[in-house]
Amino acid sequence: MRVNHSYWQLFKAVYSKDVTLAFRQRAEIVNPLLFFLIVITLFPLAIGPEPGLLARMAPGIIWVATLLSTMLGLDKLFRDDYHDGSLEQMIASPYPLSLCVLAKVFAHWTITGLPMVLMAPMFALLMNLEPQALGATILTLLIGTPLLSFIGAIGAGLTVGLQKGGILMSLLVLPLYIPVLIFATSAIDTSSMSLAYGGQLAILGAMLAVACIAAPLAISSALRVSVS
Amino acid sequence: MWKWLHPYAKADRAYQLCNTLLPYFIVITVVCLVVGWVWGLAFAPADYQQKDSYRIIFIHVPSAILSMGAYSSMAIAAIVALVWQLRNAELAVIAIAPVGAAMTAIALITGAAWGKPMWGAWWVWDARLTSELILLFLYLGVLSLYHAFEDKKAAGKAACILAIVGVINLPIIHFSVEWWNTLHQGATITKFDTSAIDPSMLWPLFINIAGFAGFVGVISLIRLKNEILQREKHRPWVRSLVSRG
Amino acid sequence: MVDYRPILRTENTNLLEVKSVTCVKQERCLFEALSFSLGSGKIMQIEGPNGAGKTSLLRILSGFAQPEEGEVLFEQRSINDYYDEFAAQLLFIGHKTGVNTQLTAFENVCHWLFVHGYNDESQVYELLGKLGLVGLEDVPVRTLSAGQQRRVALVRLWLNSAKLWILDEPFTALDKKGVAMLQSRFNEHLELGGSILLTTHQDLTQHFEQLQTLVLEYRH
Repeated sequence: MRVNHSYWQLFKAVYSKDVTLAFRQRAEIVNPLLFFLIVITLFPLAIGPEPGLLARMAPGIIWVATLLSTMLGLDKLFRDDYHDGSLEQMIASPYPLSLCVLAKVFAHWTITGLPMVLMAPMFALLMNLEPQALGATILTLLIGTPLLSFIGAIGAGLTVGLQKGGILMSLLVLPLYIPVLIFATSAIDTSSMSLAYGGQLAILGAMLAVACIAAPLAISSALRVSVS
Repeated sequence: MWKWLHPYAKADRAYQLCNTLLPYFIVITVVCLVVGWVWGLAFAPADYQQKDSYRIIFIHVPSAILSMGAYSSMAIAAIVALVWQLRNAELAVIAIAPVGAAMTAIALITGAAWGKPMWGAWWVWDARLTSELILLFLYLGVLSLYHAFEDKKAAGKAACILAIVGVINLPIIHFSVEWWNTLHQGATITKFDTSAIDPSMLWPLFINIAGFAGFVGVISLIRLKNEILQREKHRPWVRSLVSRG
Repeated sequence: MVDYRPILRTENTNLLEVKSVTCVKQERCLFEALSFSLGSGKIMQIEGPNGAGKTSLLRILSGFAQPEEGEVLFEQRSINDYYDEFAAQLLFIGHKTGVNTQLTAFENVCHWLFVHGYNDESQVYELLGKLGLVGLEDVPVRTLSAGQQRRVALVRLWLNSAKLWILDEPFTALDKKGVAMLQSRFNEHLELGGSILLTTHQDLTQHFEQLQTLVLEYRH
């Protein structure tokens, strides 16, 4: 039988496997979201529920919580595949590993990032965010969460074979998340003052575009190193 | 054109190269540091505003510049290691990393020490210091990743990948932190302004930079020699070296 | 029935050539300057005590690990330079078989087919039945026994058109019937011109005429 080199077919196969697995173990989807919610709840308890203060800190709190819950979800990205040998089968396939990686990262975003975007209005409500900033919040989450998945996947790929990989991955990846944090929170801040925030979004978009192309290469190299 | 570099892919040639280069680096380092520190800390004229406390720039600025220079060298070595599959370049990455991290730490501590007399606070979140802090995290990340692997070959390659990812992100981080700083300018404008420096202070600064660069080179070369010996210890040339004493 | 037979090479050249390969793991040299070749239609068994480096050798030959020195050639081309094309002709089943325990057997096999570029799922149920998994095709693999889980991975041997099979302990957890089925499948593959490289503790000399053996010693 001839080998069929359809990239789209491979993408669909890897993507649907991960999404199917996630829906079969609902905890994978729900736990990071619950964590997000709990972290956001901690802040009013810690700094006081005064609405003005919360509204000022809202962009930062929402985005720091996003970073932390993305980190939680990233640990599982390659771990199961590493332990059962699926990673090796992906490497020993005629398709480029970058393509499999792209599908997996996109699946990860669908499972962790997309729910956050959809629940953004609720978080904005809890944090007493200005109504005009809601659009910016959703947009920054929409562009930023895939970016977080890509950058985080590099850390996940590097640490997948290690015993205590989880915390180490967080240490590696959080400094790389800082630019995303700065531009996203600035966009939300600017929009809450009813000013134009297109510039920050454009920078985030540019970073996402570069990450789409460069990150799969880095992740593939990292996975090959981890498997060897 | 690069053919003359090929022999250095072998570990024993690289080791000999380190040995030949080391004396020159030591000489440059010692001379420049002695001259630079004595001139800068004792003889250069006192700043008219800050009096003598400015003298810490002779340590702060060179260490900050070298912290970034060391990261760039590390990244170049990492690219060479991954693209041309050179084991020695991987070892160079790990040799430079702790030195660079130490330089970053010195820059942060001296920056804080400078900050106290100038603005009364041990730490301010200004753009330069914040970037240095993040750079320290990147260095520590490379080091902790390397030491987390049991298999040192895989460890070296992983460290190289992380170093390259870090160096690509470094300008982005730097730019975003600068920008963040301008957004959140408080009442105190904090700048480590060395642009309008008098020539009598500039010369000792350059000499100090050269001295620090030499220092980074010396320690990196010594560490590289050690890493080569460690990696190749089962080879005959290492055993004969050890038995010779 | 779809034809899975590989394209035969008419010249009798070596399919796999290993040139002076050295493997060092955690500062212990497992093997040094190892050279051998495997021709089309031949089977080679790699023997040795535990820790001798059998699995490391298989992983180097499959391209997962890089040797300290030396190179591996597939059809006279270095596998590093032409890895995608090599991978299209390679079937690797290691200790970790690549079977996800949360998916069903059918889903696992279909996913493997897609990842390796095949898109015909029509024979999967039939083959799962043939391997003794009738009625178990649509339950999560974690409910199956170890031997049954192994068989889910082994279904691939009937569903691929790769020339070179590299198998690490393929007979693990199989009963006599399973072992016999596997051996007959190996013979079919060899007759079509494919090659097999495997490690096993089983005695294969009676079943395969042209069995080559490579013995790795435990080096300290």
